[in-house]
Amino acid sequence: MAIFVNEKTKVLVQGLTGGQGRFHGLRNRDYGTQVVAGVTPGKAGQDVEGIPVFDTVESAVAATGATASFIAVPPKAAPAAILEAARAGIGFVVCITEGVPAQDEARVFATLQRDFPKTRLLGPNCPGIISPGKCNIGITAGEIAALPTAKGPNVGIVSRSGTLTYQALYELKQRNIGVSTCVGIGGDPVPGTSFVDCLAEFQSDPETHAIIMIGEIGGTAEEEAAEFIMTHVTKPMSAYIAGVTAPAGKKMGHAGAIVSGGKGTAQGKMDALKSAGVKVGLNPTEACELMAQIIASM
Amino acid sequence: MDLFEYQGKQYFARYGIAVSAGGVALTVDEAVAQAELAKYPVVIKAQVQVGGRGKAGGIKLANNADEVRLHAKNILGMDIKGHIVKRVWVEHASDIAEEYYASFTLDRSAKRHLLMLSAQGGVEIEHVAVVDPTAIVKLHVNPVEGLSLDAAKRAVVDARISEKAQDGVAAMLLKLYECFTKGDCDLAEINPLILKPTGEVHALDAKVTLDANAAFRHPEWDEYRETEELDEREKLAREKNLQYIGLDGSVGIIANGAGLAMSTLDVVNQVGGKAANFLDIGGGANAELMTAALEVINSDTKVKSIFINIFGGITRGDEVAKGIVEAMKRVKLRAPIVIRLDGTNATEGRAIIAAAGIAESQLISRSTMLEAARSAVEIAGKK
Repeated sequence: MAIFVNEKTKVLVQGLTGGQGRFHGLRNRDYGTQVVAGVTPGKAGQDVEGIPVFDTVESAVAATGATASFIAVPPKAAPAAILEAARAGIGFVVCITEGVPAQDEARVFATLQRDFPKTRLLGPNCPGIISPGKCNIGITAGEIAALPTAKGPNVGIVSRSGTLTYQALYELKQRNIGVSTCVGIGGDPVPGTSFVDCLAEFQSDPETHAIIMIGEIGGTAEEEAAEFIMTHVTKPMSAYIAGVTAPAGKKMGHAGAIVSGGKGTAQGKMDALKSAGVKVGLNPTEACELMAQIIASM
Repeated sequence: MDLFEYQGKQYFARYGIAVSAGGVALTVDEAVAQAELAKYPVVIKAQVQVGGRGKAGGIKLANNADEVRLHAKNILGMDIKGHIVKRVWVEHASDIAEEYYASFTLDRSAKRHLLMLSAQGGVEIEHVAVVDPTAIVKLHVNPVEGLSLDAAKRAVVDARISEKAQDGVAAMLLKLYECFTKGDCDLAEINPLILKPTGEVHALDAKVTLDANAAFRHPEWDEYRETEELDEREKLAREKNLQYIGLDGSVGIIANGAGLAMSTLDVVNQVGGKAANFLDIGGGANAELMTAALEVINSDTKVKSIFINIFGGITRGDEVAKGIVEAMKRVKLRAPIVIRLDGTNATEGRAIIAAAGIAESQLISRSTMLEAARSAVEIAGKK
């Protein structure tokens, strides 16, 4: 199992001929991901190390049967690229692009919701998703992710931060704990996929037995997750929230990471998760230690 | 990016929102000149990005040039909650019949635009929200469909805006919405939105926050960069294209990734220290970037130790290590480095650092985040 992507997922890369698209697209293929096509307008007929390039997502889907898209294009082009993938019937879109304006993100999200409800967007500004041993879309270094075991228990990871996601993957690997899927939802104000979306999938995935959630300051996504956990998640969880010491009114790197008007504080989020029964660590290592204890007791 | 009131008003005017005639002044003489243009009586308003200007004496009415001189002299250079007043805005004084509140923001939880409208303006909206929450009308707007005149009119009626002002306020809401969306604002707020005795609706204040990610399609924003209030360290970091936020502790921080940088601040705090900054060096932590980052940190005289926290994913530990060794040759550091290097090729990276033969008094390597934080805090001294 695993969530959202698996060994059957066929990926096309929008922007495969660009620097980022080529680098990460080829790394994803080297990992074993089925990278079947690239899309760059005006470059149909070319190939990138054997991966055929098409002018449009539609023609790439028709020729290769791609089911997912990996978008690595500049911020100006990202909104149109996402909608093009949706129009071509792609069910899962991963957009790693950093710096997409919030107004564009809000419009794209509302358009997907209204016109393309079957398309799920992950990102923008996210590290991507990996189901270890099966499929890796995005910028995660595959070798730091531990393979899930047939018997389990395996852990699902969902995170708003890139490097903290890698940190969690790495720490679990050092403790020999398998990972079913690791999803980086990204640090922007309007992420296409939320914590709640991922928690719901992990809850119903038979291969996932416990869940780690990594949040950060800003917004109310963690509080909404806590509410959802209370009523819908029975699998044990640990969590970490970054930004306990972040000053109010300053964006901490991510466009979405800001404490404003006393809202979105790390403490508020930790309290909400604790009252939902989640074990909360004060740093990423502690959150993974708590997970190791959970796994040991299973 | 937060705008000053005068910039916000000029931004509003681009979208047809009525604001008072006025101009910005950096000196007393300029203030008098602007007052003559705006016509007396005028209001002189301190331009600072902090609330409570009026109470601090930063807003004054003047009926003639002598009064303008007196007030402008007092206000320019005034310290309002740590913000020094460098500019005043001088505008024609408005007669006020009623004061309202209107704003648009993005409701991240609903993933919709949010209009907030109230017939109780001129006071902090947070205060209204506590005292009389029913006095604020909240309306979600679908970003694809936009705000219709009908919806704006309904909101105006629901907010119990006086009948004589309803059409004017509804029209104003449409313009403010256009400014918010086309103008790429994170926040567009008018407080107070006033009704004049003559029946006109008018923005008496402007609070605008722009979305820096949209700067590529707004060349007109360049001028706002020049007035941004950054400290020296932040200016240097911006020149070097680094994500940097100055703080007031003694442990300098360099990390790759925003989340890890935030987490590094937390861990330093947890073991009893205080970070001097937030610095995300990003993905490619090579010698150039590392040199730039160390230069910025080195310019902060409060820094007593430097904690470099790198997790190698695609960024490889050996390249980071080479970068640090090379950067240390280029920058003469005033404080020792404590490094934690983990992830891809971390072992190779640690070997490179060990082989460089740098004295322990200058560079210490630790294998976990927590241990490294403890060493860095020990060197810097407790907060």
